[in-house]
Order: sequence, then structure tokens, then C-alpha cells
Amino acid sequence: MPAVNRADLDFMLFDWLGAERLTALPRFAGQSAEDYRAFLDLAERLAENEFLPTWKPSDSAEPALGADGEVRLHPGVRDAVRAYLDAGLQLATVDEAHGGMQLPITVGTAAMACIMAANIAASGFPMLSQANARVIAAYGTPRQIELFARPQHEGAALGTMCLSEPEAGSSLGDITTRARPAGADEAGRRFRLTGRKMWISGAGQDITPDTIHLVLAKIENDDGTLPAGTKGISLFLVPRLLPEIAPGGSGPNDLAIAGLNHKMGYRGISNCLLNLGEGTRHRPGGEAGALGWLVGEPGQGLAIMFQMMNEARINVGLGAAALAWRGYLLSRDYAFERRQGRPLEDRRAPAPVPLVRHPDVRRMLLAQKAIAEGALALCLYTARLADLAATAGTEEERSRAHARLDLLTPVTKSWPSEFGLEANHMAIQVHGGYGYTRDFDVEQLYRDNRLNPIHEGTTGIQGLDLLRRKIMGDGGAALAALLEEVRATADRAAAGPGAALAPGLRDAAGALEQAARSATGAADPVMPLAHATAFLHAAGHVVVAWLLTDMALVAGAPEGRLWAARHFHDTELPRVAAWLAPLGAGSRAALDAPDGAL
Amino acid sequence: MKVLVPVKRVIDYNVKVRVKADGSGVDLANVKMSMNPFDEIAVEEAIRLKEAGKVEEVVAVSIGVKQAQETLRTALAMGADRAILIVAADDVHQDIEPLAVAKLLAKVIEEEEPGLVLCGKQAIDNDMNATGQMLSALLGWSQAMYANKVEIEGDHAVVTREVDGGLQTVKVKMPTIISTDLRLNEPRYASLPNIMKAKKKPLDEKTAADYGVDVAPRLEVVKTAEPPTRKAGEMVGSVDELVSKLKEAGVV
Repeated sequence: MPAVNRADLDFMLFDWLGAERLTALPRFAGQSAEDYRAFLDLAERLAENEFLPTWKPSDSAEPALGADGEVRLHPGVRDAVRAYLDAGLQLATVDEAHGGMQLPITVGTAAMACIMAANIAASGFPMLSQANARVIAAYGTPRQIELFARPQHEGAALGTMCLSEPEAGSSLGDITTRARPAGADEAGRRFRLTGRKMWISGAGQDITPDTIHLVLAKIENDDGTLPAGTKGISLFLVPRLLPEIAPGGSGPNDLAIAGLNHKMGYRGISNCLLNLGEGTRHRPGGEAGALGWLVGEPGQGLAIMFQMMNEARINVGLGAAALAWRGYLLSRDYAFERRQGRPLEDRRAPAPVPLVRHPDVRRMLLAQKAIAEGALALCLYTARLADLAATAGTEEERSRAHARLDLLTPVTKSWPSEFGLEANHMAIQVHGGYGYTRDFDVEQLYRDNRLNPIHEGTTGIQGLDLLRRKIMGDGGAALAALLEEVRATADRAAAGPGAALAPGLRDAAGALEQAARSATGAADPVMPLAHATAFLHAAGHVVVAWLLTDMALVAGAPEGRLWAARHFHDTELPRVAAWLAPLGAGSRAALDAPDGAL
Repeated sequence: MKVLVPVKRVIDYNVKVRVKADGSGVDLANVKMSMNPFDEIAVEEAIRLKEAGKVEEVVAVSIGVKQAQETLRTALAMGADRAILIVAADDVHQDIEPLAVAKLLAKVIEEEEPGLVLCGKQAIDNDMNATGQMLSALLGWSQAMYANKVEIEGDHAVVTREVDGGLQTVKVKMPTIISTDLRLNEPRYASLPNIMKAKKKPLDEKTAADYGVDVAPRLEVVKTAEPPTRKAGEMVGSVDELVSKLKEAGVV
């Protein structure tokens, strides 16, 4: 069965978000809804024909590290990503000036959802590469763009992001990868890097000859020490294969895959420990130390990298939404086909009925539908904010979109990751014992999805980002603007068939506003942060309830939209008050409990 | 040499087809449509001939509703040079029968004078497998149906055909009509850059009236029905029981 439901996707993209209206913006002038549909058709075909067939095989045959130090992927993954690159999908949202198609990020995100639903692990290669090349295009010099972004645009290289180290993941200020100045050339200031990078997806791969690593490292002080904290972090372009201009000319850089991580899911993509500057295999120019070129200015590394990280965060949410979506479609199909048990109202019925006749199964299908469609809607909405923040007609519109995008990024990253996993849990449950076996697809969806609350900033980190930086940081202004729109949607719902949705939505918005006020006004700044994850979940629920309602109000929306919204309002929205209550009450249980009590 | 490739917009091969409640046909409202897969193979073959230097121009033609221009855009994105759309129906449920299609194509061929027509052996919606043969008869051209391999040798085409029990190689004089079978090639994906570029390629729009061809149906659809659903199986305890059941059913 197909990994995606195009009718759902098209509804969100065209009927709800009005993607074709973006063509009124100068950046997208001359494009049409027909172009967007043709692009989605292509993505859908690649998803079905190339990415889906290799999803299961590449789960049981993980990437391997050969004695020669090279990583070998499952050949199916290699072919699928190759087909993606050959079809030029990596060019979708790239500027025309760089040979791209300059399509909206909104549409690119919808296309990526198709690929992710089919094979989340393999989708990681182009996803990372596209974000990597976008950073280079935005912050690199023209020569850096030519040397390091263009090969990715042309499908001759893939890209990675190298932030974490074995001892520093969530705390990047503590990284110890060291950069020593090593001259300059037409690609900018050159450095020799030494250190170890951990959790690097796609660092070793055999799809394209070259891999362009974006590496965070610290430029050593004159006395050989490293600057402290995040302000000492700089960003470097470290290619696997050196360009001609490097000392000693072209050839392999001083990089080594020191090992692969053996993961629970997401197995189609290699996840590597990458050593820089070992000097054992390759010594460019006769010296140890990986050659890298500085991007931007020293000390700007983290700020620049955040562009890639924010894009990756939205994509993590998107992947989680796509997996929730596929699990929902699979379990829905199963529930309509599989006969088991008698209906509650007629225990003596002569024959078993389809699973879908049982109220608890219906509950799980509607719950999954609300999560999957809500999460997908959240990601597409956020993607449109990214388009508007960059290209809207007026400065005011751009900054409004920017503020909303900033506010929602942690929600878009974490809500689908947390609740998409709950959806996959229910997808397995609908399948019963079969769902727990590897003969069915849903167990792998769950394993694949379990990564999403962890990578690109854990849920805990996202909670802190939302509450401390985005809410307490601006006194709740961005949230207030959002809630104003939520209330406007509640007012519109009140006037029509969605009237039952309005009071719950208003109450939940009020509770969130109140909690934000408590957090901002708290005498103790640490106490609220102990409730940051609960606040994050509550905020996500309010936003998703809002989007589900908004979609249900679209003229001609399929009937299922309203039911999914109703189910979410009835069963999920009441959780908002429960999540927020401990913050309001100033609960310090988690803070004050002695270690021995844990 | 110029190649003409007729392409048909049909219900997508992935769609689970449903019969309309009144039995008058298949429900096509809000259903995903795409290029007939055999026609895709024909487009691919034409492009390969062009890439091999045997052909100068590839012209795609579609006949049907206005939305068939999307199908032509796909052909252009794959590599066809230009396209002709003949609007012959307002409603997607109105099928244009092979004879009308062949007559229209014959008129297009009069104007375009291609050396070769590459068409799909049949469309997956109605499985008629007739247009190429009818066109050959109308034009008095040679034909080589169900091609598995195509080679152009001067003013002849050497075509290996899939026939019952094996492969048959024929040599036909050009101009000729070749219909493509499943194993002729594996069509490429139209790349995203080519999809965007295809918008700028010429697409002429005509009507059936422009060619003076009457497309009114000559066949009457009596009934359309879904295949009978499979009956539930039965577990038997032994071979003897199986044999007696089969005898009961009158199949042995």
C-alpha cells in the first residue's frame, strides 16, 4: 500500500494553506500549482518506487564499516538516494542564481514528507545535504559556494552536520575539536582540525564520491588553550575529498570513520564516529590534521549552524509526522480488513466483525488521524512561515512570520516526535500480536520514530528553548500574537458546524497564556524550567487543536477533518490544563527531591 | 527523422479502481491520473533514439480532455521536444474510441510527416490494443506491434516482438508504426529541472473539429462490473477429504 495519501497532502497544501498563493510573491513568480503538483508527483513516485522497497531490507542489513575504513550502505539505499539526486529534487528550493528551481519551502517540505514516509532513514541523506548546502549558500564566499555547495546541488556530493562529540552533545559549549590556522587560499582562511565527532549521520557513505562536512570546532588561542563556551565555536567546511587548491593538491582529507553506532531503528543511514586529524590514513600536504575552511567569522559558528539546525529540527518533526501518518494509514487498512470478535452491542453475532467495529479500535484510529494530520499540518504551516519570513512582501509581514517561526520551531520539532510515537504505539496496538512482529511494518515505524524525540535537540532541550528563550525571553509577546489567532479561529468555529470546538480551544489558549504569565513572573527562575517539557506539550496541543480546527473550517473539507478535530478536542485538549497545573502551583518536587529519593 | 508518440491520460496504475454505482463505467472523479505506462515506454524509446542520433525530433500527441496537457508536460519533461493536445472530450468519463483516435492521429501524421510512430501497445484503462493497428491500416503503413527491441537501420526498422511462445524479429520499411511492450525499456523519471523547463516547450492545442473527425462513440457499454470477490477458503483435514471435496465441487 502507498506510503502516503496524496489527497490528504494536497488538501493541506492547496485547499488549506493555499500554496498557489505563494506564486504572487516575487521569488515564486511564474510558478503555478501545476508545477507544484508535478513536483509532488515526482516525489511520490520516487518514494513508492525507490525508497519504499528498500525500507525493510535496509533495516535488517545495517551499514557496515569495511577493513578499508569505508562505509558500505545497503545497495537499495544507495540506488534510492542516487535516483533522488539524478531527478534533481535536491534543487527544489535552491535559488535560481545557484542553479536551483527556487520553489517554496512549503512545497519542498510536502515532497520531503513523501520520501520520509517511505524511508525515513534514507531520506536523511538528501535532507542533511540540502540543509548543509543552504548554509554554505547563505554564509559562504562565492568560491566556497562553488567548491562545496555546487557539488551537492549537482548530486556529486552529500553533506553532513558535525556538532556533537563523545563528551558534548546537548552542551556544545564543551566541544574540544581544535582548529589551528594553516594559511589561506582562494576558498578563505584554512585550518587544520583535530578531534572526534559523534552521532554523525551520513559521514560515511558510498552514494556520492564526496562528502562535505560542516564542522563545529574551536580555534585555539595563542597559548594553545581553547576558548570557553559557545562563543568560542567556529564553523568549518571539511570535505572528504580535498579540492585542487589544498596543500598537496586534491586527494583524501585526514578523516576517518572510527566506528558506526548500532541503532534501534533509522538503520538505512550510517551513524558514525568521525575522527578528524588522526594522521594515520591520509596526511594532506604531508601533515596530520583535517583541512577545513572557515565559514563566516571566528566565533560565529553556532549562530550560523543554527540555520541548519532549525531546518533540521523542522525536518525531524516532519519525519515523525510522516511516520505517524503511515502508521495511521496501515492500521486503518488493517482495521477495516481484519475480522476479530463480536460487536459490543451483539455479543452473539454469528461471525466476527472487522476490528473497526470495536470502539477502542475506533478511538485509536481517530487519535492517530488527529495526531498524524495535526503533526503534518504543523510542519507544513511552519514551512510556510519559513517561506514568508524570507520572502513576504513587506518587512512587517516578514518579521511577523519570523517571530512565529522562532516560537514554533521547538514545537514543530518535538510535538510530532513525541505524539507521532504515541500514534505508532497505537498503530501496533491495532495490529495486536501481528503488529509486534517484523512481518508487518508498524514495529519498524515505531523503532524508526523513536529517534525523533532525541536527535537535533532532545524534547527536554526543546522545552527549555520554548519556555526560557522564546516565552520568558520576549515576555510572551510572540505567544500572545499566536493566541490571538487561535481565538479568532475559535470565534469562526463558534459560528458554524465546528461550534463544539470553540470553548475547549479558548479554554486551552487561556490556560497556556496564564502559565506563560506565571513562568515569566515567577520569583524563582528555575522552578518554571522544571516544567518546561510539560509546557511544551501543552503548547503543542493548543497549536495542533487550533490547526485541526482551522482545517476543518475550510470550505469543502472532508468530513473526517471535523471528526478528527472533535476527537482531539474531547480527549486530548483536557490534558493541557493538567500539564500546566504544576507550573501554576509552583511545584518543586522534581527540584527538591534529594538524589537518594530518585 | 521525426517520431510521433501518442500518449494517453489514464487512471494511475496505483489507484484501486472502483466501478460507478450505475455500472456505466469506472469512477474517474477526483482520481489520480497519469500517463499510460506503455506510452511512457514509447516516450522513453523515442528519447533514446534521439539521444542515439537516429531521430531529430520527438513530438508527443494526446487526445482527450484538456487536463491531458499535464500528461503531455510529463512527456516534454522526459525529453520530448514539443506536444500537440487534441481536446476531444469535456468529461473525463467520455472515452475516445480507438478508431476515432486512429483517425485523428492519421490527420496529425498528414501534417507532421513523421518517419516513425511509437505508441504503447494498449492503454491500461480499457486494454483495447487496437489504435496502433488501426492507424497502420488507415495509413497503409507497415506495423510492428509489441516491441521488445527496436533498431533503426537506414530506412528500415528491425523490431523484436513479443509473441506467444517467444520472440520474433521483423524488419519493416519506414515509415512505420511500432507499439511498445513492457520489457522494451525502463522509462526514466522526468527530473525536476526538466519538469520546470518543460513549461517553456511548445504545446499546441487543437480540437477534434479542427481535424474534421467525429469522435462520437460507436460502441455501447452494456455493463461494467467489478470482478467477483473471492470466496472464503476451507481447511481440510486430509488428502482424502480434499479429493472428495474437489469431486463434490465437480472440478476433478
